[in-house]
Amino acid sequence: MFKKFSPKEDIASQTSIKSSVQRHIRASLLKQFPLLAQGEGEAQVLEHIWPKKENITLVKCKEHISIFALHGEPLFFQHFDGPFFPTLRLLHKYPNMLPQVGIDRGAIKFLLAGASMMCPGLTSAGGMLPPSSHSIPEGAVVAIMAEGKDHAAGVGLMKMDSEQVKKVNKGVAVESITYLGDDLWSLQNIS
Amino acid sequence: MADTAGPSEPPVKPIEVLYCEVCSFPPEYCEFGSSVSKCKQWLEKEHPDLYEKYWSDEALVKKIGTLSVENQKKLDVDSAKKEAKAEAKASAAEKKRKESKITIKRVERNKRKHVTSVQGLEAFGVDLKKASKLFAQKFATGSSVSKNLQGLEEIVVQGDVTEEIIDMIVDQVGVLKGVPEKNIIKIEEKKKKGGDDE
Repeated sequence: MFKKFSPKEDIASQTSIKSSVQRHIRASLLKQFPLLAQGEGEAQVLEHIWPKKENITLVKCKEHISIFALHGEPLFFQHFDGPFFPTLRLLHKYPNMLPQVGIDRGAIKFLLAGASMMCPGLTSAGGMLPPSSHSIPEGAVVAIMAEGKDHAAGVGLMKMDSEQVKKVNKGVAVESITYLGDDLWSLQNIS
Repeated sequence: MADTAGPSEPPVKPIEVLYCEVCSFPPEYCEFGSSVSKCKQWLEKEHPDLYEKYWSDEALVKKIGTLSVENQKKLDVDSAKKEAKAEAKASAAEKKRKESKITIKRVERNKRKHVTSVQGLEAFGVDLKKASKLFAQKFATGSSVSKNLQGLEEIVVQGDVTEEIIDMIVDQVGVLKGVPEKNIIKIEEKKKKGGDDE
């Protein structure tokens, strides 16, 4: 999604959003990422990422991508009204906010070139899929971890049930949304 | 995860991730970047312990893990190639940057009134909007960023301030830092004859 993205051309508008809308966004973020809802009041994790008093900016971009940025630093983004995706830098800070899948070493190169992740990369010895008791449904947002690495290499969207991935073992399993080194990664500050 | 920390402490603390200053990736991913050897140097200098962790012989052996030796070799060759490519690209960009010119043009509006247009500052990493603001402040005139006929962005300053702008670039004022004076071209554009010298 962010393979080619130049802030100069692809950003349509930047607006600070109404507090009522912000409240709405907060609620859906909390719903989508249970990790962020941990803690009470001041100590809530989301409060740490995005303090209630701070105004978040909505950056509208081409192709119906909206990025939510705090003081110019992108935090979350969204395609149409789809699920929220955390940016990779945020995910690095809170690695447990998303369910994780792992890819083997051979696939890292392709992931960092922007390719979608195929089933064999996840099912092979170096890959990692959750056990069937914790299967990940289709359409879920996942963190793509890599074999032998501590930090996530990308954020993806499941194209299949994780159980199905094991069974079919062919074709696209995870669509990569943002990955290390893409243009969203290089966009550290939206001015 | 859910430790019972103090009341104002969030239950999950953010992890501070170290990023490579050369390629901006976490250092463990440097090997997939396009400047591996530079990243290695940086890491060795700044964080020798981490360097040991990622690049010592043991780590390298471990890293190969499930991959066959052949595949690993291929990967190494690929990364070397990628690095060479990125370097070539960078040097080409640098060369282009050195060659690119700043054109300062005096354009006649009517008779004795002129505007000065400055082109090509963006090649030196100057924020055009900020530069135009600087000119406006300095000369107390109007100054704007606009697209010219070729679709390139230029700064248009009211009044003939050619020399002053050159002086500013020579003095490296504010945002104009890093703009080489050698690359300046001065042009005076006269309006087509007719009616002017009556």
